Amino acid sequence: MNAIKDLILKMADDALIIGHRNSEWTGLGPTLEEDISFSSIAQDKLGHALQLYTILHEDHEEQNPDLLAFTRKAEDFRCCQYVEMPIGAYDFSLIRQFLFDHAEYNRYQMLSNSSNNRLAALSQKIKGEIKYHVLHADTWVIQLGNGTTESHDRLQKALTDSMPLALGIFEKSAFEAELIRNNIFEGEDALRERWLGSITPILQKAGLELPDISTIEPAYGGRKGQHTGHLKPLLDEMGEVLNTDPTASW
Amino acid sequence: MYGGGYIQDDDIKQPSNGQEDPRLLAEFEARINAGEKIEPDDWMPAEYRKQLIRMIEQHAHSEIIGALPEGTWITRAPGFKRKMALMAKVQDEIGHAQLLYSAAETLGKPREEMINDLLSGKSKYSNVFNYPTPTWADSCIITWLIDAAAIVNQVINSKGSYGPYCRALERICYEESFHLKLGHDCIVELATGTPAQRKLVQAALERWWKPIIHFFGPPDKTSVHSEKLMRWKVKMASNDDMRNQYLSTYVPKIKELGLVIPDPDLKKDEATGSWTYSDPDWDEFFRVINGDGPCNEERLAVRKWAEDNGKWVRNALQKASDKYVVPLA
Repeated sequence: MNAIKDLILKMADDALIIGHRNSEWTGLGPTLEEDISFSSIAQDKLGHALQLYTILHEDHEEQNPDLLAFTRKAEDFRCCQYVEMPIGAYDFSLIRQFLFDHAEYNRYQMLSNSSNNRLAALSQKIKGEIKYHVLHADTWVIQLGNGTTESHDRLQKALTDSMPLALGIFEKSAFEAELIRNNIFEGEDALRERWLGSITPILQKAGLELPDISTIEPAYGGRKGQHTGHLKPLLDEMGEVLNTDPTASW
Repeated sequence: MYGGGYIQDDDIKQPSNGQEDPRLLAEFEARINAGEKIEPDDWMPAEYRKQLIRMIEQHAHSEIIGALPEGTWITRAPGFKRKMALMAKVQDEIGHAQLLYSAAETLGKPREEMINDLLSGKSKYSNVFNYPTPTWADSCIITWLIDAAAIVNQVINSKGSYGPYCRALERICYEESFHLKLGHDCIVELATGTPAQRKLVQAALERWWKPIIHFFGPPDKTSVHSEKLMRWKVKMASNDDMRNQYLSTYVPKIKELGLVIPDPDLKKDEATGSWTYSDPDWDEFFRVINGDGPCNEERLAVRKWAEDNGKWVRNALQKASDKYVVPLA
């Protein structure tokens, strides 16, 4: 593993797993329109994962994207624990979409200035798609935060409960200093500051209170391959058909 | 997909009360004869409105319920290409439901009321979705052969008389034709694949053949049709006409792939163009349509979960000051 591979792998794994989770809303959304929206977002995430795995395959001698995504073991994944959590109720999934996509948007914005040209070009493109994911999340969070007492309270509880997991997005890799030194990526601390700057005004408009994050223990481990018990069953399900014969064409 | 197909004909057998204004009725029928479309604000007989609501509503229900058996394979689809395509495909079906509920709403029944009627069992959906999809190949069979059947039905119905429904169907058919290509591609891959893959797809075809024959409804000789609904271009073709058209197109395509249709008696009378087939157990068809199929309970339970768990979201979107607005379609 090297710095750039580690960075791309964790971004690809995040995108794959959140895309898979968001797709689980298909047929179950609170309105048909929202069902369709979550599916569009999920499809974009899968596309991002595919493009990132393609870089690993073409430039870094890794397996092809299908084998990378569908046949690795849970401990080889570098996604944060937040994305692997089950979809839960819509409040949990919406708050996750909000917190995770604001982090993603800022991450890809920062990476569009990366010294790694291929990653910079791809980030520029992906950023343009995530912009709409963020708009979607902001619209709903503001609407439901100001909706009924129930919708407000549900979002507040989901926000408070999710914060340790959300802070786990910013777990540093072993290569953090090298990424910063080589101008590949400004680093997780800088990203977290930008993220706070993005979500705070939206939460204010929604009438929701950001918990005091200085007192919260982030859910770290995912970036080192330490996952919750939810990832393995997800991967088993995802690879169920392909792994009956990974060499066959499907 | 998915909709269309045969749903339930009971109401059609009831005669109208004949209380419509004869002058308006004559003008209405003259417009339909002249090939004009009827639009939401136009005068229409009460029975025309009622039958269209019933038909479009049941078509919409078929889309959202039909998304479930394939939707369960999104999380298991083998590889990026299949996973992304299936997500987009099932998303299209939900989009079709949205279009169709809007078309039905132009006739005066709100979406919420239609969903309530689905959950209470008052309103039906296409029978095929009460069958299980135990393997990846079953999902592929739906994408190819059930969508193909729906296209036969929908292309015919898009020539009907009600403007909003026809326009919705034209858009739906355009997307369905992509689903058909996707489904065919998935099946070709399996049918020309490893021995295990070929076995998988053959077994799925055997499971789905009976529901496929059921799709267009009972034979014409046992199914009562309303001459009036044909005249009003609400119903556009008979069950047997649609089934014959479907079998003529798809039986050769299935055989071309080396798959064996599980009916030794299936054959076409080249002179008349009509097909004969073994008795597909029409008693089972009626049992399933009336709620006693392998997956009826499960499908409605999932839909009910979505409705119950989404209620707080929908409540939060409502404002007391908002007025109900019939959608444009």
